Amino acid sequence: MSLSKEMKPVAVDLVEAVQMSATPQPIVSPLSEAEVRSIRADFPVLSQQVNGYPLVYLDNGATTQKPQAVIDRMTRFYSEEYGTVRRGVYALSAKATEAFDQVRSQVAQFLNAASEKEIVFTRGTTEAINLVAFSLGNVLLKPGDQVLISGLEHHANIVPWQEACARTGATLVVIPVLDDGSLDQTVFEGLLSPQTKILALTHVSNALGTVNPVAEMIERAHAVGAVVLIDGAQGAPHMSVDVQALDCDFYAFSSHKVYGPTGVGVLYGKYNLLEQMPPYQTGGDMILSVTFEKTTFAKPPARFEAGTPAIAEVIGLGAALDYVTSVGLDRIALTEEKLRQEATDALSGLPGLRMIGTASQKSAVLSFYLDYAHPHDIGTILDQSGVAVRAGHHCAQPVMQRFGVPATARASFSFYNTSDEITRLVSAIGEVRRIFTGSV
Amino acid sequence: MTQSGSHASDLYQQVILEHNQKPRNFKVLETANAYALGKNPLCGDQFAVYVSVSDDGTIEDIGFQGMGCAISKACASMMTTQVKGKTKVDALQLKDEFQKMLLGELNETTEAHHLGKLTMFSGVKQYPVRVKCATLAWHTLEAALEGKASEISTE
Ligand SMILES: Cc1ncc(COP(=O)(O)O)c(C=O)c1O
Repeated sequence: MSLSKEMKPVAVDLVEAVQMSATPQPIVSPLSEAEVRSIRADFPVLSQQVNGYPLVYLDNGATTQKPQAVIDRMTRFYSEEYGTVRRGVYALSAKATEAFDQVRSQVAQFLNAASEKEIVFTRGTTEAINLVAFSLGNVLLKPGDQVLISGLEHHANIVPWQEACARTGATLVVIPVLDDGSLDQTVFEGLLSPQTKILALTHVSNALGTVNPVAEMIERAHAVGAVVLIDGAQGAPHMSVDVQALDCDFYAFSSHKVYGPTGVGVLYGKYNLLEQMPPYQTGGDMILSVTFEKTTFAKPPARFEAGTPAIAEVIGLGAALDYVTSVGLDRIALTEEKLRQEATDALSGLPGLRMIGTASQKSAVLSFYLDYAHPHDIGTILDQSGVAVRAGHHCAQPVMQRFGVPATARASFSFYNTSDEITRLVSAIGEVRRIFTGSV
Repeated sequence: MTQSGSHASDLYQQVILEHNQKPRNFKVLETANAYALGKNPLCGDQFAVYVSVSDDGTIEDIGFQGMGCAISKACASMMTTQVKGKTKVDALQLKDEFQKMLLGELNETTEAHHLGKLTMFSGVKQYPVRVKCATLAWHTLEAALEGKASEISTE
């Protein structure tokens, strides 16, 4: 596209862009109402009644619902194709192994990894972070070194590093959070030094929705020689992720937050790093040869996948990735951004409501506090109207401490949510106000 | 999980809301000779209970401090009004009965009990995830009276 400074009608620019580009890109738009209706029909849970009202499911940050395609794929796998992987010589096992391996390539594609050898299946984000904190942490960290995390982290990206520091004598250093819920970039740059060995950073905050400028932060951290792990639990489900463009060293996410089954997650790691790392757990499947004197470990990713994996769940994850890819991550992001703006506008005007997390770059996570009711009471009353939100500290107690609240109520959206559901949320909050203050 | 047909306003009765807003005995008791801190780590609720027990085992005065949801705070407030003047033994029996009512092990309308006004919390049993909110102050009182632990946790 030409970068001419002349004012031109946008439409003309677009036409030009399409004409000039070798492979014309379709213009990405949010999902239409009709498309969302048909998507909702793919999720059986969404059509149920709760307490006499149609369910409004707004706890997608905790876990997402499953489309029929995922449920069917797992059922079919169990009823027709089930066998162990990597061990059997018989047809069933060979077929299961093939399906299993195919998902590894699919995940590599999903993250735009250079190779499927860089994809390790874990139990979830938590296990993926623990894997790196143990395996890499133990060989890399020495007394005097620093592990840098941020004040926005989920406990899953705090505690494993605290423990790694305790084992190795390294120090945990925290990037502070500004009043709007974004990270203090100036302090971050000041904290970076040759002692910074690891930066472990969330892509998107689960408690506030802040989207961190990870690409820039990764570049800065690399400049001082640090290895960077991105906690993508709240990133991968909501935007397209390109690990090569980000240039992160590790990226972790959980299947159950990307519309897939529980019990499986992904650790992406650059191969040259994985290759240098010792195993995290040991046992079957991760060895080349075993004698009582000596065991030779397999190459990555097998080295990090001890024991029989969650086979059906990996297959289910494959179906989930098919599903979100067919909707399109770019369209998912646009649809959720529209919901975020609409819900923010609707909630911001409510009396006594304090929105926590107002950064300019945010995903569709609205964390709020009512000055007249405790978040648990909000959660219970909303549930009575069929509206499911999370009430609590969201496994991010330091974030709650930073904003001086014991807990928040959190509505987190998915592309299957609707404007009507935002209206239901607002009127349920009205019910909380009526009960607690007597006013309407 | 709640039964359909139950309404939030059954749970949040006026008296409960009023105790939440103006908790009774919401004070640090300087004369206390028994104390415990109760925490629910899952939600961050936390109450300190101070008791002054006479030589013959009577609860002469009681106070509490802390923060929590409306249910936990109203329960703590109401608890202090109900156990003041009772013996330790009677107070602990009341705790047992209260807990049994919420767990559905005691039917407050057909069985004998000493719960009095505390039956207004019977609605909590429709909300199993909130039972811990309602019993937090009671567990803390028990810990203070038995002097076994100065800090307890629901988990
Ligand atoms: C930002 C973030 N990191 C890590 C996790 C942990 O994910 P899991 O419990 O699936 O291992 C979560 C999920 O709650 C999260 O939101």
